[in-house]
Amino acid sequence: MRKTRSLDCPAGSAGRIASASNRGGPQQVFRVSMTLTLAFRNLFHDRVRLAVTLVGILFSIVLVAVQLGVYLGARNMIIAMIDRADGDLWIMAYGTKNFEEAQPIRARERYVALATPDVVSAVPLVTAFTDWRKPTGGSTLVVVIGADYEDGGLTPWNIVEGDVTALGARDAVIIDKTYLEELGVKGVGDTAQVGASRVRVAGLTEGIRSFTVTPFVFTTLNRARSLIDMPTDSITYVLAKLRAGADVEKVRDELRSKLPDSEVLTRAEFRQRSINHWMFSTGAGVALIGGAVLGLIVGTVIVAQTLYSSTKDHLAEFATLRALGSSSGYIHRVILAQAGLSAIIGYTLGMAIALTIVYLSEHTALPIVMSPGLAALLLALTLAMCAISALSAIGKVMRIDPAMVFNR
Amino acid sequence: MTAVATTAPETTSAVVTPTGNLVLEARDIVKELGRGAGKVRALKGVSLTLNTGELTLLMGPSGSGKTTLLSILGCILTPTQGALTIAGKSTAGLTPEALARLRRRHVGFIFQSYNLFPTLTAEENVRLALDVRGDRGSDAIVHAQRALQHVGLRHKLKSYPAHLSGGEQQRVAVARSLVGAPSVILADEPTAALDSENGLAVMALLSQIAKDKSRAVLAVTHDPRTVPYANRILRIEDGLIVGEERRAEGVETVHELARNRKRKANA
Repeated sequence: MRKTRSLDCPAGSAGRIASASNRGGPQQVFRVSMTLTLAFRNLFHDRVRLAVTLVGILFSIVLVAVQLGVYLGARNMIIAMIDRADGDLWIMAYGTKNFEEAQPIRARERYVALATPDVVSAVPLVTAFTDWRKPTGGSTLVVVIGADYEDGGLTPWNIVEGDVTALGARDAVIIDKTYLEELGVKGVGDTAQVGASRVRVAGLTEGIRSFTVTPFVFTTLNRARSLIDMPTDSITYVLAKLRAGADVEKVRDELRSKLPDSEVLTRAEFRQRSINHWMFSTGAGVALIGGAVLGLIVGTVIVAQTLYSSTKDHLAEFATLRALGSSSGYIHRVILAQAGLSAIIGYTLGMAIALTIVYLSEHTALPIVMSPGLAALLLALTLAMCAISALSAIGKVMRIDPAMVFNR
Repeated sequence: MTAVATTAPETTSAVVTPTGNLVLEARDIVKELGRGAGKVRALKGVSLTLNTGELTLLMGPSGSGKTTLLSILGCILTPTQGALTIAGKSTAGLTPEALARLRRRHVGFIFQSYNLFPTLTAEENVRLALDVRGDRGSDAIVHAQRALQHVGLRHKLKSYPAHLSGGEQQRVAVARSLVGAPSVILADEPTAALDSENGLAVMALLSQIAKDKSRAVLAVTHDPRTVPYANRILRIEDGLIVGEERRAEGVETVHELARNRKRKANA
């Protein structure tokens, strides 16, 4: 009995295969290189390994996102008062390290500032830690901020209940909603005691939180002095506002020469000093950044390990690719595409989890911040992490003997 | 439609001179493997030429150096001594990247174990050989489909290797070796993993491909069933070519073969 197999092309047609369509075949369209297809299939071929890789990336992304998000959130809280205050130069006691912890200076420094060319206003500001006695019993530490709202130096913002002008009423203070429970009050109208004086909640803000988790209490300048028992000839800061176009550093230097007992800083300098103090002198920022770096290292190790092991499993295929004449670059692209796909999938899932955590932290005392810049940084870090992870796999492939294709 | 016989044609030996063009020339190839006391001289000065339009079989016992020679002819291994020229280009002093470039332009491989990518379809496996050459786009798809049509697998374009029989997988491998229109196709034991029927079908296909005057086919084999398909047989032993036999048309054409079979059966 004869057996036959069908063949559609006659002998001799083989040589024409490659050139046939050059004579006017279908329209040439761009298609994605097979490197991406191969990378995708290799990745999804072993689902367990893919899951391990994604868990590694996910863990890393979430950890880094939370650590850096906390860092950003803390940083925002540290500089919030400085950024919100309407002053180009800050005059303060020598050696002041941050906004909350400042020693008093003489109130006359304000007049020295006002007498300086290019200074259009000099607003006094009072801040100090003091005790808040809850109406329900017990006390907690607060930071009193005293400034007259008519001066526009530093007034509460994001007011969700009441009005800044309510501070004009007797005993009025404005606090943030976040700290209602901690301060033992329920809302506007409730009273408490600060120092020897009674205070009444006249308004509520939302989202004005302190890095030290110490609630801010806004009030007028004189009431603040009274609450913290500060003499009337003392203040904590002078906020100097300059004429538009004035040389800030020149005016700062002039004020420094006129006020040898005080320190004069630009807004940027004070902001940086506060960040340096809280984030680096206290070690808080180092811990957060260290956690983020640890997340990256752990993620890199997990991804590198799984990518290496996946590459090892596909070594024979890479050897075949080499035998087919592929360049080293082609093989690198397959491995990098595999790493890149893992990065994008892991990043998407990781960000979904991170954003959920960000959402849940929104109303806590330490909100986690996710900015577009941080999201872009995380994507770049993930891609870099996966690219670094791919190096070990690439190294392995480059050491293979292409002759192994004959020994499979 | 053309039919390919799956039973071997009769041997019709005769002294024949090559008619095709020289596409590969190896001269005094020596290959030493291993180091120090373990060093082995796998090839001891092999010289051979391959001409277009011919199917050459390289036969010899295990350990005779067949695969080592094939690796060198395919620019996968570099010889310790000797000269190799493929499509007029000497391989002497070429870097691994330059050798890879030479391979993708001029050499097609067929492996004993097919070496298909399990995660790619038949069409994608063939297209991959074009992709490494930078041939992409719809033309590449057309080429891949034609190559598969040529080996009779037009209906299996979207099948994965796991869903193909051994014979079909080897035919995909043949299509892959063919699609880039190489000057030389090197096959390593192409029938070893196949049953008789599929093995002969693959040999018939290789014989048919060899008839294309633009390329030469060299198949390493120790399978005596493949002999009738060869135009030429080189025998290698202990790292040396010890014999060469030129044969008349191994398989006239697949058409003629089928016709002859039918005629005999009718008689």
